Amino acid sequence: MTRHVISVQVENKAGVLSRVAGLFSARGYNIDSLTVSHTCQEDISVMTIVVQGDEHITEQVKKQLNKLIDVIKVSDHTNARAIEREFMLVRVSAKPAQRPEIAAIGDVFKASTAEISQKSVTLSVKAEPDKIDDLIELLRPYGIKELMRTGRISMLREGESGTN
Amino acid sequence: MKLKGAEIIIEALKKEDVEVVFGYPGSAVIPIFHYIFDAPFKFILPRHEQGAVHAADGYARASGKPGVVIATSGPGATNLVTGIATANMDSIPLVIITGQVARAMIGNDAFQEVDVSGVTRPISKHNYLVQNISDLAKTIKEAFHIATTGRPGPVVVDIPVDITNESYEFDYPETVNLRGYKPTYSGHPNQIKKACDIIAKSKRPVVYAGGGVVLANAAAELAEFAKKTNIPITTTLLGIGAFPETEKLSLKMLGMYGTYYANQAIDKADLIIAVGARFDDRVTGKIDSFSSLSKVIHIDIDPSSVSKNIEAEIPIVGNCKNILGEINKIVKAPEISEWLNKLMDLKEKYPFTYKDSDTLIKPQFVVESIYRLTKGDAIICTEVGQNQLWAAQFYEFTKPRTFITSGGFGTMGYGFPAAIGAQLARPDKRVIDIAGDGSIQMNIQELIVASEHKLPVIIAILNNGFLGMVRQWQQMFWEKRYSHTDIGFAPDFVKLADAYHAVGIKITEKKEVEPAITKALSITDRPIILDFHVAREENVFPFVPAGKTVDDTIMGEEE
Repeated sequence: MTRHVISVQVENKAGVLSRVAGLFSARGYNIDSLTVSHTCQEDISVMTIVVQGDEHITEQVKKQLNKLIDVIKVSDHTNARAIEREFMLVRVSAKPAQRPEIAAIGDVFKASTAEISQKSVTLSVKAEPDKIDDLIELLRPYGIKELMRTGRISMLREGESGTN
Repeated sequence: MKLKGAEIIIEALKKEDVEVVFGYPGSAVIPIFHYIFDAPFKFILPRHEQGAVHAADGYARASGKPGVVIATSGPGATNLVTGIATANMDSIPLVIITGQVARAMIGNDAFQEVDVSGVTRPISKHNYLVQNISDLAKTIKEAFHIATTGRPGPVVVDIPVDITNESYEFDYPETVNLRGYKPTYSGHPNQIKKACDIIAKSKRPVVYAGGGVVLANAAAELAEFAKKTNIPITTTLLGIGAFPETEKLSLKMLGMYGTYYANQAIDKADLIIAVGARFDDRVTGKIDSFSSLSKVIHIDIDPSSVSKNIEAEIPIVGNCKNILGEINKIVKAPEISEWLNKLMDLKEKYPFTYKDSDTLIKPQFVVESIYRLTKGDAIICTEVGQNQLWAAQFYEFTKPRTFITSGGFGTMGYGFPAAIGAQLARPDKRVIDIAGDGSIQMNIQELIVASEHKLPVIIAILNNGFLGMVRQWQQMFWEKRYSHTDIGFAPDFVKLADAYHAVGIKITEKKEVEPAITKALSITDRPIILDFHVAREENVFPFVPAGKTVDDTIMGEEE
């Protein structure tokens, strides 16, 4: 099982998301993350799908994605150089005395403090997904009360090409 | 000129040269039916929506044209589901129009509301929910385009009733531009050349032809390929008719109930040339042991079929008619006389066979008799189960589109409505549904449709009082516990035929078989039920049990 990052350009139409998600769910695959957004062309959306799966089955899913009428282009970024970003909000238990420590950890990741309360500190951070994983590990000892991530977006570096 | 949405649908069907529409009214499609009333195409009213979609499917398979279905919202649409899935698995072009509740009501649990695009998403090639009358004509155009091009399949167009009542300028587009849908038709020249090189060097090649050859109308190119290379050809169940089974090079059907010699050929081959086939589990058996010595050339229009189950050394994506045509221009015959001799010996030694009886009517004897008396020139439809396989084994098919069966989905109740569709497509042919007593009861209500339209479809019931294929598996693998497969408590099919204004003949003695078939063939103005009371516990052989290999083939009953 390897982690695949698949970028899919689709028609910006109702129902496309369920077609794409259906290809994974019908095979019993859980999607790690999936983001959808507009692109510079208003009739095209882009999805970044992160999924764990063996090579053969992922290959099949990519072919099935290509087969969908509303899918314009499938590009596998797994083995390509890509700019990847993700955004996270994380709320950590913190007594007033612990606030500086937590803020210092956050600084290393260029996180900003979104909220401070009597019991907690909430950080917001945008970073590469691996960095976000690292930050979570560092914050875990304080007690993470709530956490949400947007899922990654992935853009190939200039001149780089993904696999179909 | 502005037209009502309902009229736009009719005009679009006219633009697509639709000759027959199968459909059933309901409140969400009353506006459409208002204009169907005087439309120029033939309209066939089934007695259950499932009958409509199977009939449209049979029509499409027999004619090569797309089948068209109209049904209402909610239960009308869900009654189509089995038929849509059946067509989807066998790549049959259908355009299915369903009514939907008015846009303002969608999502409100309105009367007869169901999310049709949600329900049909995984079982159709594509589907649409029309949300604006300005999209209506374009959507129907796209639906026909998608259904009939690339790897064909069913396309569903769900239309809210209020849209059919609005008015809009009718402008049917001449062309379709879908940037996400550009099927590949011609094979890559380098791949074709590589394929020809490997063919010329092969020692034990075999062609494995599937339904794609029939769908692409590539039988002539396949015959030409056989003539040029002398390579033997086996077909899948759906590929039957793609190559004449009467030809020396025909190895007939392969797979779970295929010929021993076809399965041996695949097992021992050093090269498989797969054409329009997808290495289904009923063909491969245990996948790890499948044809372990061979390289694979895989010709298919659907890239997702290539290297799905079996890795292809030389994939060629495209239309198999074009690709075989290109291959035929440059291919050189390999030196394979030794291989051919070996296969021809096997073919002579292990034909499809059965032990005939003087007293009992053997189902295989019935199929052989039908073959003899129709001189092999009928269109044979089947239900699913033993009847289907005996029809495949004991009728020799020589032309494409003459064997119509639910292969991938295995839908019981498919054959008879499909036969109605096939008879409408081919009024010049005799159409015979080879049925079991189980399957025929699944869509028997369609008998009145055949009577109403004076369609002389013959239903040959191989009546053994069992759900025979499951009974066979229970006998062989489940301690002979015939759990709920004995359906001997049965209707009187002769009286049933009579009630439906059809002709019914019950046949209980072997000597009555041929006269009954002859009598049925002489009737041309109504359907005929031939109720053959056959040997109850006859089995289909040879048989490679599920997940097993050719070496595990069961050739017949133990003495």
